[in-house]
Amino acid sequence: MNWLSNWSPSWQWFHRLGSPRWFYQTTGRWLPWLSLLALALLGTGLVWGLGFAPQDAKQGNSFRIIYLHVPASFLALAGYYIMAIAGAVGLIWKMKLSYMVMKSAAPIGAVLTFLALFTGAVWGKPTWGTYWVWDARITSMLILLFLYLGVLALQYAFHSNEAGNKASAILALVGTVNIPIIYKSVDWWYTLHQPATIKLTSAPSMHPDMFQPLLVMILGFYCFYVVALFLFTRAEILRRERKTTWVKELVLGEPQS
Amino acid sequence: MASGFSAYLRRDLLLAYRRRGEAASPLIFFVMVSTLIPLGITPESARLAEIAPGIIWVMALLATLLSTDSLFASDYQDGSLEQLLISPQLLAMPVLGKVTAHWMVTGLPLTLASPLLGLMLALPAAGYVPMMASLAIGTACLSLVGSVGAALTVSLRKGGLLLSLLVMPLYMPVIIFGSATVQSAIDGFAWSGPLAILGAMLAAAIALCPLAAAGALRLTSIN
Repeated sequence: MNWLSNWSPSWQWFHRLGSPRWFYQTTGRWLPWLSLLALALLGTGLVWGLGFAPQDAKQGNSFRIIYLHVPASFLALAGYYIMAIAGAVGLIWKMKLSYMVMKSAAPIGAVLTFLALFTGAVWGKPTWGTYWVWDARITSMLILLFLYLGVLALQYAFHSNEAGNKASAILALVGTVNIPIIYKSVDWWYTLHQPATIKLTSAPSMHPDMFQPLLVMILGFYCFYVVALFLFTRAEILRRERKTTWVKELVLGEPQS
Repeated sequence: MASGFSAYLRRDLLLAYRRRGEAASPLIFFVMVSTLIPLGITPESARLAEIAPGIIWVMALLATLLSTDSLFASDYQDGSLEQLLISPQLLAMPVLGKVTAHWMVTGLPLTLASPLLGLMLALPAAGYVPMMASLAIGTACLSLVGSVGAALTVSLRKGGLLLSLLVMPLYMPVIIFGSATVQSAIDGFAWSGPLAILGAMLAAAIALCPLAAAGALRLTSIN
């Protein structure tokens, strides 16, 4: 790796990112601002979406759960990619920190997937008359939840952190093969669910008055995700680096030499 | 490279032949569970015929899953896996050889025995050939995907249940297209479409799974 850092100064940030201490200190400075931003976006989006956005012509007020359901589903999927990429970075560059990020991303993603499934079920009752339908997208989300649970279970099955890290990183990478199938399944087995309403390639088919608060909520969820990921990773750093001097100094409050 | 494949194929087949009782268990499981279906659901042949394609596929999946655990376990215990890991050749080829042997002693017998189960579960006549074709291809996919899970959990003492948790979500596309092949044949549609997708999955699995399993063996079994 030496030639890499000599080769170009622009790689320095990458190596610095590999230091848990640097990450801990930097995120400590960012966290208050990020949390404020997440709170502001989520608060605005919720009040706007639940209170001021127009009613849906067919579904009435029950459609408003979309403001939780869609952002949670977005982050559930994106979170799997973040976890898998962090795992891949760990495998390739043997970076401790990225394994910690991977381990922290798994429970957050699992909870978001569960939230997406739960809000979907609650939404399904007034809309379709049933809590659960074996529809393509619901089933894919359920499989995604199983994938998350597998990564979590594997991580904790190993006694040594290192073996658990590598094993769950490989599993996360293998699981990413399933993610394109999740997207494709919308086309394959489309039955009861609505077609994907937000596409990046075309204009949204939702009315702008409904769409704008949704966009705010999605941004808010992204910020919230980053805050949660930082907090989990910081806790993991303290746990794994508890024998280093800088953590001891941080906890005991002694001045740094 | 090819010698690693054929050497391990021959070795594992010979080992399976010497432990015939162990190798027969998935097959016996497959046949035995089929008795539970009429007892638990209904003995009426009209209703059995309706669910037969899916049930046969689910049982084949479970039978394969039960046997996947042992893919690397005995090699890990007697130390021959370590010898394989330090040998200078590409690890994926011996792994592919082992997986092929595993398929020949589990998936292939299941495929050959499946007409018997079709008979017991009143599978309509149009379903037999598609069932055998889809089982032959599909169980090979299952063995390949299962090898990654088996490699990840080989160093764990109680890896069996964990292994099923890990690979079951990855099995789901296979069972969707496997039972779709049989079902569309019974309904009188062309069944080559889902079978072709199963074939594509097998091609992708042959290319990727031995590499992933080899990587997993290297990273997790030596500590």
